Amino acid sequence: MSAPMIEVKNLWKEYGNNVVLERMNLQVKAGEFITMVGASGCGKSTFLKMLLGMEEPTRGQLLLDGKPIPNEPDQARGIVFQQYSVFPHLSVEQNVILAREFERSPLLGKLFGRARREVLEEARALLAKVGLSHAAKQYPHELSGGMRQRLAIAQALIRRPRILLLDEPFGALDPGIRKDMHTLVHQLWQEHELTVFMVTHDISEGFALGTRLWVFDKLRRDDQAPEAYGANITYDLPVNRESLAQLKERDYG
Amino acid sequence: MRRLINLKPSRSVGVMLGLLPFALIVIIYIAASDKRLAENPDDRLLPSFTQMGEAVERLAFEPSRRTGEYVFWEDTKSSLQRLGLGIGIAALIGFSIGTLTGSIPLVNSPLSPLLTVISLVPPLALLPILFIVFGLGELAKVALIVIGVAPFIARDIQRSAQEIPTEQLVKAQTLGASTWHILLRVLIPQLTPRLIAAVRLSLGTGWLFLIAAEAIASTDGLGYRIFLVRRYMSMDIILPYVAWITFLAFLFDWLLAQLSRKAFPWHHQGGKA
Ligand SMILES: Nc1ncnc2c1ncn2[C@@H]1O[C@H](COP(=O)(O)OP(=O)(O)O)[C@@H](O)[C@H]1O
Ligand SMILES: [Mg+2]
Repeated sequence: MSAPMIEVKNLWKEYGNNVVLERMNLQVKAGEFITMVGASGCGKSTFLKMLLGMEEPTRGQLLLDGKPIPNEPDQARGIVFQQYSVFPHLSVEQNVILAREFERSPLLGKLFGRARREVLEEARALLAKVGLSHAAKQYPHELSGGMRQRLAIAQALIRRPRILLLDEPFGALDPGIRKDMHTLVHQLWQEHELTVFMVTHDISEGFALGTRLWVFDKLRRDDQAPEAYGANITYDLPVNRESLAQLKERDYG
Repeated sequence: MRRLINLKPSRSVGVMLGLLPFALIVIIYIAASDKRLAENPDDRLLPSFTQMGEAVERLAFEPSRRTGEYVFWEDTKSSLQRLGLGIGIAALIGFSIGTLTGSIPLVNSPLSPLLTVISLVPPLALLPILFIVFGLGELAKVALIVIGVAPFIARDIQRSAQEIPTEQLVKAQTLGASTWHILLRVLIPQLTPRLIAAVRLSLGTGWLFLIAAEAIASTDGLGYRIFLVRRYMSMDIILPYVAWITFLAFLFDWLLAQLSRKAFPWHHQGGKA
């Protein structure tokens, strides 16, 4: 059996007196697609932020390949937020090549001439994959919500992160568009050999997309002091192909 | 009858209504001026438009007998030089400080309280100090504009920088950006249109300090001229100068607005994506 990519050992997260997450113990293998559901405010985004390096655990350990996960964001872990994920002052293709420009131009963060044409080519291939070829020159404010999220995904993938974090990425989209996005994410997950963590408030989305579903909830509760206890993962369900097929039939059939 | 708040003028009526007050002011002025001049042809308080035209012609199109210069244009040039330098330097300083304090906590901690205090000092109270330190030359006047305007721009840009969603800064880091990259490619481009807006807002203050400084210590400039001819009650010069200053202020504001709209269409049409 291969070593887990991510290990969570007795992890706690508190903001002052507010215990958000408690006693979490988990192992995640490379290539898993984990979907996360749970009531609003129960700490799903907080957990993603720790995976991203924006927040640190109060207690316990969060390990990546056996070492503490780096405590600031880097290009190994891509992210797509529900909003504000792309840069409004850059066109679609400029948004996508940005990561390559950071990589190859430490001084200016900008490429010119041949170097730029090269990365633009790479970006166009990626844009074709997410279905945005026709919009390469447009600016984010000219795009629909779904197109903007496609752009955010393409932008996050150009430097080939190992881990992709998605925080309610399709929450603001129409159901029909959401279905297209599912197909896209599923395809990219396989092609790019990603390990995906996706927060969603739509449990059928969770079942349809993931290989594993986590339900966040509080095991202990004190109604006098709701902040005293944190949430944990109360259900850790493997999602197999059959249940997936069933669900697809029921939801989309 | 519909409610008052629901009655909207059509476009042409709107324009006419907008011009109406100007026409009224001109008519009232001419009437009052004519009346006073009829009673006393030497009255100086409300000169006729002919008298003002003659004054402007004398100052703008005839070389001065004393220096051989065209006073009106020399005044304009001197004032705009001071204003341009002052606002330009203030924009540069304000933008740098605002961007850095708004995005880098380790710069914000030592500078932000200082900036708050400095922005509370009334700049005109510093004018004597500026004259003592820099002398009565150009430097003191430009410095007054800089001191009067830079803190406002710095604080405005600082706030704008803090309003840029954290998501963007995080996203840039996940794309491999360094702090320098984030400044250069994420913050500065998005803050530039905000700088133009801040400069537009501070131009009025800039004029205020310019005219104040010129009134107190200068040998030329639009502000200097108005205060000089005040001694002779030369309203025929003061009024056209005030109109000219107003026109220049309007022109710069308009030009900056156009520049911003042309150069940063995404800022004017879009949100925060
Ligand atoms: N930066 C912060 N400072 C203090 N409390 C926070 C912070 N971020 C989140 N919280 C708190 O942590 C809890 C979990 O928030 P979050 O992870 O965003 O929930 P979810 O994404 O599951 O809706 C909430 O009670 C929220 O108020
Ligand atoms: Mg959340």
